[in-house]
Amino acid sequence: MSAVYVWIETFHGQPLSVSWEALGAGRLLADQFGVPLTALVFGENASAVAAEAAAHGANKALISDDATLKDFRLEAYAALLSKLVSENAPKAVVSGATSRGRELLAASAADSDSPLLGDVLSLSVDGGSVTAERAVYAGKVLSENAITGGTTMFVTVRSRAFKALAPDASSSAEITTVTPALTESQLTTKVESFEESVGTVNLTDAAIIVSGGRGMANNPKDAPSGVTGDQASAWKAQDGFANVIKPLADALGAAVGASRAAVDAGYIPYAHQVGQTGKTVAPDLYIACGISGAIQHQAGMRSSKVIVAINKDGESPIFKMARYGLVGDLYQIIPAITLEAKKRLGK
Amino acid sequence: MHVIVFTRSTPDTAAKVEVNSSGNVSWGDAALVVNPWDEYALEEGILQAKAGGGKATVIAIGAELHGEALKHSLAMGLDDAARVWDAALENADSLAYATAAAAAVKKVGDVDLVIFGRESIDVGTDQHIYQTARKLGWTMLSYVSKILAVDYAAKTIKVERLLEEGKQVVTATLPAVVSVMKDINEPRYPSFIGIRKASKAVIPVWSLADLGVSLPPVNAQVTKFKNLPPRDTRFELIEGTPDEQARKLIDRLLEEKVL
Repeated sequence: MSAVYVWIETFHGQPLSVSWEALGAGRLLADQFGVPLTALVFGENASAVAAEAAAHGANKALISDDATLKDFRLEAYAALLSKLVSENAPKAVVSGATSRGRELLAASAADSDSPLLGDVLSLSVDGGSVTAERAVYAGKVLSENAITGGTTMFVTVRSRAFKALAPDASSSAEITTVTPALTESQLTTKVESFEESVGTVNLTDAAIIVSGGRGMANNPKDAPSGVTGDQASAWKAQDGFANVIKPLADALGAAVGASRAAVDAGYIPYAHQVGQTGKTVAPDLYIACGISGAIQHQAGMRSSKVIVAINKDGESPIFKMARYGLVGDLYQIIPAITLEAKKRLGK
Repeated sequence: MHVIVFTRSTPDTAAKVEVNSSGNVSWGDAALVVNPWDEYALEEGILQAKAGGGKATVIAIGAELHGEALKHSLAMGLDDAARVWDAALENADSLAYATAAAAAVKKVGDVDLVIFGRESIDVGTDQHIYQTARKLGWTMLSYVSKILAVDYAAKTIKVERLLEEGKQVVTATLPAVVSVMKDINEPRYPSFIGIRKASKAVIPVWSLADLGVSLPPVNAQVTKFKNLPPRDTRFELIEGTPDEQARKLIDRLLEEKVL
């Protein structure tokens, strides 16, 4: 029996919220094709996550918590997904366009020579045909895409582009356990170690982002004695990220981002970089602190809904993108905003 | 031992890119540059070929404009370049790209490592990378921030990968396809001698027949390009003391319902 499959991505057994958005997108397709919506859950905690998927709209679930699927390894996951696709010929396979979702669906689409619409912003279904909108040329232009041929279409959806269905805890799904396609001895990769980064919120999922740039080095605090020059600037900026930006982010439930200039100068790790050669984000609120707004930075944040620019130079290009501009010293303004936000939001 | 790096040309980052009246994407007189992520892939290709005592070849799949990226790559110091082009590849999707790319890798032969930059900013995707690995039947190592060790005799590789949640160390067998992140290296600038040499290089063009492949009968195709909807240009300067600015800003953000 045919279906629309949605891969429910998990990390250490916990589902990612973008997976519920993918179920929302999958529901559009399932209704169009008149087939059930089936959640695929692989790895630890699979049956509990499948129950959550049912609450978020899945009619059925195919699960496997085999030890070979504990960490996401492309070859193990793709082999199982491709096996399910070739055995059951689903109408579509959908997932979030996360780093893992992109590679898993691309790999399985290649295995079955199926068309793939990647990182889509919207889907429209009309009769049997599906068209998708995507961002191209570093987000400067949009494209409309259609598919021809193939039994199964593969679709990955950009975080925050689709709405999750309202969860209904009383819904349940028919759960079937499936067996992996490969055994441990057939796998060519082995995870040796993992070092979790502390306190980072996933930038691409974040509704609010507070970002810092080169201006973070204008911290009025003195660097420890003996720390001079670029090292002193880096110390000041790091201190500012930890003690000025982070408290505001915490008060707003936001993720911390950064410009390339701040990353290259060693103010904050690369994982926080927003823009070209960093992450592309589209939060409801983007607060740019001490960021001039170079075109490379704009490439990663131009689709933010409301942009707030805080910079001492009122001529910075970031003000051209901003809805609200605050000209002044971020080291005075941000702590004031943090205080006000805590007061007003009751946190 | 051979390392292959795939690259392509993209409009300069500062270019104003828009859809013109005939529906095509245009970037005016703006220069073409190497896809920004590929600079790291090219540098890593040079370093890995040198460390392994082999050769680094750069390949572009696409029309003539992608020859620019190949010239830049040769000027940086890659040993050989080739371009794959065929009328059938016009508007190719990622699956067609991967089919051609895998065949090109096989044509070069004796390849242990294929390197891509994290994504191509013009087509806005990375899916062709993973599909190339699958078409080759090789191990895929994505989001690599460090190549920690390669043993060509034992056919093993150890890398550090940068995930959303942290850093992962993985060992795998060769041959492998690797996609690299920005902090893997510091790409070099082409030298003067390199640029002179590259300008004289004649780059072979391989057709699908040369590669002995045909494309899959399915595709996901662009039917139309569109300009972005006009930006909301409303702007409000929030003035006053820091406390006043903070109060007014929070007022506005609550009104906008973004807090």
